[in-house]
Amino acid sequence: MTRFLTSLRIALKALMVNKMRSALTMLGIIIGVGAVIAMIAVGSGAKKRIADQIASMGSNILIVLSGSSTSGGIRFGTGTVPTLTVEDGKAILTEVPGVKAVAPHLSGIAQVVFGNQNWSTVIYGTTPDLLEIREWSLTSGRVFTQQDMDGATKVCLLGKTVVDNLFGGIEPIGQIVRIKKIPFTVIGTLAPKGQSTWGTDQDDIIFVPLTTAQKRLFGMQFPGMVRVITVQAREPEVMKSVEEQITELLRQRHRIQPGQENDFSVRNLTEVASSAEESARVMSLLLGAIASISLIVGGIGIMNIMLVSVTERTREIGIRMAVGAKGRDILLQFLIESLVLSLIGGTIGIGVGVTGTLILSRFTQWPTLFSIEAILLAFLFSGSVGVFFGFYPARKASLLNPIEALRYE
Amino acid sequence: MESLIQVRDLVKVYRLGEVEVSALRGISLSIERGEFVAIIGPSGSGKSTFMNILGFLDRPTRGQYLLEGINGDLLSRDELAEIRNRKIGFVFQGFNLLSRTSALENVELPLIYGGTSSSRRKEMAQKALSSVGLEGREHHHPSQLSGGEQQRVAIARALVNQPSIILADEPTGNLDTKTSEEIMGIFQRLNRETEITIIMITHEPDIASFAKRVILFRDGRVVEDRKNFSPSAMIKERVKQ
Repeated sequence: MTRFLTSLRIALKALMVNKMRSALTMLGIIIGVGAVIAMIAVGSGAKKRIADQIASMGSNILIVLSGSSTSGGIRFGTGTVPTLTVEDGKAILTEVPGVKAVAPHLSGIAQVVFGNQNWSTVIYGTTPDLLEIREWSLTSGRVFTQQDMDGATKVCLLGKTVVDNLFGGIEPIGQIVRIKKIPFTVIGTLAPKGQSTWGTDQDDIIFVPLTTAQKRLFGMQFPGMVRVITVQAREPEVMKSVEEQITELLRQRHRIQPGQENDFSVRNLTEVASSAEESARVMSLLLGAIASISLIVGGIGIMNIMLVSVTERTREIGIRMAVGAKGRDILLQFLIESLVLSLIGGTIGIGVGVTGTLILSRFTQWPTLFSIEAILLAFLFSGSVGVFFGFYPARKASLLNPIEALRYE
Repeated sequence: MESLIQVRDLVKVYRLGEVEVSALRGISLSIERGEFVAIIGPSGSGKSTFMNILGFLDRPTRGQYLLEGINGDLLSRDELAEIRNRKIGFVFQGFNLLSRTSALENVELPLIYGGTSSSRRKEMAQKALSSVGLEGREHHHPSQLSGGEQQRVAIARALVNQPSIILADEPTGNLDTKTSEEIMGIFQRLNRETEITIIMITHEPDIASFAKRVILFRDGRVVEDRKNFSPSAMIKERVKQ
């Protein structure tokens, strides 16, 4: 132990003698560790954002879109013409095993007016089930009742963005807004959900009862039709079979002949989400790898300087050996020197990485996430870089022939 | 009683590429405890090679060297380092002190590798420095000391572990006459007072005359080995032959 402390003292002294050189050598490690910490923070921030978005979508969700229809030889795109009905939704719920809930909806963009404010937003005509499937809670007020559904009453729920834009401080519950010039009573406001995986604002939305949307807002051309049915499966394992059975059921119900195209399409949102998750994972891995390269380059810098240092101090090594230093004493001395270099560099690098990340996220609004594990990992990594790249020069020093070392000029 | 140093038929052959150079061609001698020996001879006579072998810095090609009965042939690099540490003190021509390190710390160096505790180290180093007359210079760095003072630090470093022998390789080679005599005075006094064995290489007959025994090397052989004899007369006699 005293031997180790002595070696440590000798190493610190040697580093102090060449302050400039030690600082520059450390810079490589500082940048390396800083980069690793910043990149891991950016990567895990991105991963966390995607995970949050997936959670905000609800779990095990399939979306059935009404399809491309053909009218007089002109083919319309997916969702342009409602081909699904509320009855299709009911059939899916009752006939397909593994389905937990179903929510048909009809949506459109409309201008909403309150007082002298107006705002263009997406109007969703749907059932209260949709809020449950998407795990969407209210901040105040109530959801639609069965009476609202049956009576197609003119009530609505507002997303946070809409509230902010139309009301700006006024309590919205009980107020009347005009959607397509029809007056609607606000009965509730929705809890904010933030951005979706695709970057759209999920809070820029108004919910009205499906029946109201069909009868009063968008359904005039296609009575009883809906554009989308959101289906929630009981568990992730049955998603595939539910998807297949919905397709089969709807082909039957829509009397589509074999060989003919579907007039609807089924999308698995979990797949979309998991591919987004995967790409975030790959991105953070890539960032980490690039940052690690800079740490390794820093390590090579240490090796370089240690080799120079060993050559410069050949005579010193000879003297130490002549007065009784063993191979391992010399090895330890130089190894500790490179370890001290890399660990001091690593400590400063942590500071630089954290500060750099905070500045970066302030200016770019990127989400970042620090973890103690990542910081510890970067620190240990810098230590092992020091040992790894310091070993060769240290070993070279310890194997010098004392006579030749003493004679070295 | 067994001699401190016993050397028998010592041969050292260097290989320089294709050519083999014999530095030592069969040296046999013994040195007793408490002797002060000067080894003289022209350059290339093998005296430095001999000194390196005596100091366990180099191994002989053939023959036997025993220091207090220890045979270095059978020992590893690290074991040799330990013997150097405990039994041998080196004094070099170029002083070989660590620069940017105080006199005291230079003297402590052998004790560090010997595993002596820090407080005991300071005390011993201090004592060694005062025995060569350097009290008050402990915290000077080599660059702040004169050549003679630097060599005295080196002698203190050689002494500090109380070794069996001090090996001095041209200790006055870089010093002027007056300082050289001072250094030799220190060697003589140490030899007299502590009975430490000193073996010194030199090519200056005046310096060799401070020793009690003079060994003349030529072409890797001992050609003369006399006690209490004027080395300059010895050389003159040889030259005449």
